[in-house]
Amino acid sequence: MARQGVLVEPYQRLKLGQVEQIHRASLAILTDPGVVCFNRNAAEIFGDHGAEVLSINQGAAACWLLKIPEKVITDAVQAAPKVVKLGARDENNCLILDGHEPRVHFVTGSETNIWLDVDFQAYVKKSDPNIEVMVPEFHRRRGTVLDLCQAAHLCEHLDTLDAFIRPVNIQDKDITGDNKDVNKFFASLNNTTKHVMAGLTNLKQLDNVVNMAKLIVGGEEQLKENPIISFITCLVKSPLQFVDDTTQTLIEICRRGLPLVVSSSPQAGTTAPIKEDGIMAQINAEVLAGITLSQLVNRGTPVLYGSVPVRARLDNLNDSYGAPESSQYNIDCVQMARFYKLPCYSTAGVCDTKTPGMQSAIERLLSDILVTLSGPQYLHCAYGLLDGNSTFCLLQAVLDDAHFQMIKFFLRQPRISQADIDDSLKQVREVVATPQKLYIRYIRPMLRSGQLSMPYPFEGDAETDNVLALAYDRMKQLLSQPVEHIDPATTSRVFQEIPGILPRLNVYEERREQ
Amino acid sequence: MSEDIIALLKENVIQGRKTKDDEGIDDNMTGTPGVVELTQLALEKKSSLDTIITQGLTAGMQVVGEKFATKEYFIPDMLASAEAVGAAMDILKPHLEALDMATRGKFIIATVKGDIHDIGKNIVAILLRGAGYEVNDLGIDVPTEGIVEVVREYKPDFLGLSALLTTTMVVMGEIIEGLKENGLRDKVKVLIGGAAVSNEYAQEIGADAYCVDGFHAIKIIDAFQEAKV
Repeated sequence: MARQGVLVEPYQRLKLGQVEQIHRASLAILTDPGVVCFNRNAAEIFGDHGAEVLSINQGAAACWLLKIPEKVITDAVQAAPKVVKLGARDENNCLILDGHEPRVHFVTGSETNIWLDVDFQAYVKKSDPNIEVMVPEFHRRRGTVLDLCQAAHLCEHLDTLDAFIRPVNIQDKDITGDNKDVNKFFASLNNTTKHVMAGLTNLKQLDNVVNMAKLIVGGEEQLKENPIISFITCLVKSPLQFVDDTTQTLIEICRRGLPLVVSSSPQAGTTAPIKEDGIMAQINAEVLAGITLSQLVNRGTPVLYGSVPVRARLDNLNDSYGAPESSQYNIDCVQMARFYKLPCYSTAGVCDTKTPGMQSAIERLLSDILVTLSGPQYLHCAYGLLDGNSTFCLLQAVLDDAHFQMIKFFLRQPRISQADIDDSLKQVREVVATPQKLYIRYIRPMLRSGQLSMPYPFEGDAETDNVLALAYDRMKQLLSQPVEHIDPATTSRVFQEIPGILPRLNVYEERREQ
Repeated sequence: MSEDIIALLKENVIQGRKTKDDEGIDDNMTGTPGVVELTQLALEKKSSLDTIITQGLTAGMQVVGEKFATKEYFIPDMLASAEAVGAAMDILKPHLEALDMATRGKFIIATVKGDIHDIGKNIVAILLRGAGYEVNDLGIDVPTEGIVEVVREYKPDFLGLSALLTTTMVVMGEIIEGLKENGLRDKVKVLIGGAAVSNEYAQEIGADAYCVDGFHAIKIIDAFQEAKV
């Protein structure tokens, strides 16, 4: 039984003719100017499959210009699976992403450097010392592996959240390039039974990560059947460049047959044209080139069409995720993925503001609602993210969960049937005949059936706004609920057989010490 | 046996089941006796009126109020229970009158002249009946003279006035003046409510209290009644 997500009637921003125009423009880009490739293996693979490969001189590193014919692209798109399964430790949490069906699943995302702690301080009114209010204080610090455990723990208990992309960059002193990947995957897998996705920091760690997943799920075949992990590969540096190391990472992941996202994140105005048609033609070309490589390496590799387009802020040229254009680009990309019948990884909810509050709510809700309506199958919707994708805050994740409760409710299909209409007509006739003329008594049969939305959970009493304090209470309550860790025997094998996992992540050892 | 009926009566008040045709909250109780049937049964079994009211109806409403305060119950639950108790009180009324036992108090309620909005007024009336008060609802767009006349004849403990509009709230002050002119102002407590009015406005026109909603109204009139004793 997979998680159901929410099925939408997709909002179409582009007309079919415009989708086809962008598709043709992308194909034109892939032949002229083509893709600048800094990875020799990828250049050879494309060359072996009919692309024109020209050795070019761009700086010190060796690189090649790939001019990829339309047929190579269209064959690869055809070969890519249209349905991708993302497994989970609890199989009830697995996801079936069907490129034909606009069923949206909500996911965390990004890898933030900053962890935002929250504390509440009491302030007394100068003119009336009897009045005291609690005001949140935020403290920024670098994220750690135990923070990542806590993030996974909280996300396990957020009802609207369907899968977990590690949202925290672990920066402990004893985390190195050689042990980072095993620790981030173990910290995540051990604290959530939902699907876990992450990028790979060091290609040398790929097999350790895959072997860990095999141990947890019970073996190689079981991992194929139930891929509890998947990867994000940003092999493209916009505009139109295959980076050497992440391209090699993509190749190796494809050889192992595990699911991955091929993603690109151009910025309109700097690394992509500022006009909508321009950034769309380019990002679509970049993603198609990556997907093509995945299928040339291993035909049938489960792959998601990944898009993180964004507009440049004009005051500092940072990414402006809160700009309405960023949502427009994302919706366009969802339509392009649907055109190819490929499952889509999309982005929403990333905001420009630095702390939870009104600006954060406004910015993220605009894109949360609109991009969800467009129907991506796998939506990174920035649970807990602030300040673009540089800060993670548990309190914000709890607020996001409440937003998505409302969005999911709104997207329910209408329930109109003749039986319901007959029932309503009966009600109207009964009520109009009474002196009070109130329908309130008919609410009750629906009240606890889940058919009515509940009030915003962090509503304050009277005129006091206590949203953040109430959400903080909810956060503490969720963190006090247990999670189902990996069992002791498997944990023991993981620690024995997978090098580099920090002893403090072994929950059973910790308990013995206590 | 009669204890069982009273316990069931209390439970059905909590469940908000006026009659056997109503569903409960916890399980589908449709078909089992509701508050109306149980009140009649309690009378047949010679339970005292005091027991029926205090241990059955009032005790049930007290639990409902607690559940509402903790947000387990919502307004539709409160109203369903109050409606059930109101129906029980209608059954008990002739028996109370025969024994010369008073209700908790007499309440007249009306939406003032020029205003036809009555959702809030109707809810207040249902809740007050559920709280054991005898309520005479005069309806909407009621002329000032008519209200003064009913106060003279009916001799209520309380007069509740409702207005939604800023253009009609001034009528509340006119009614209070009318009561004064007819020597009735000190005979009745005047409570006002509605979206247009406030505590400050109540003080300005000389009303006895402003009620935010029906639950607040019950608290206020209970406090007035206790102060009498």
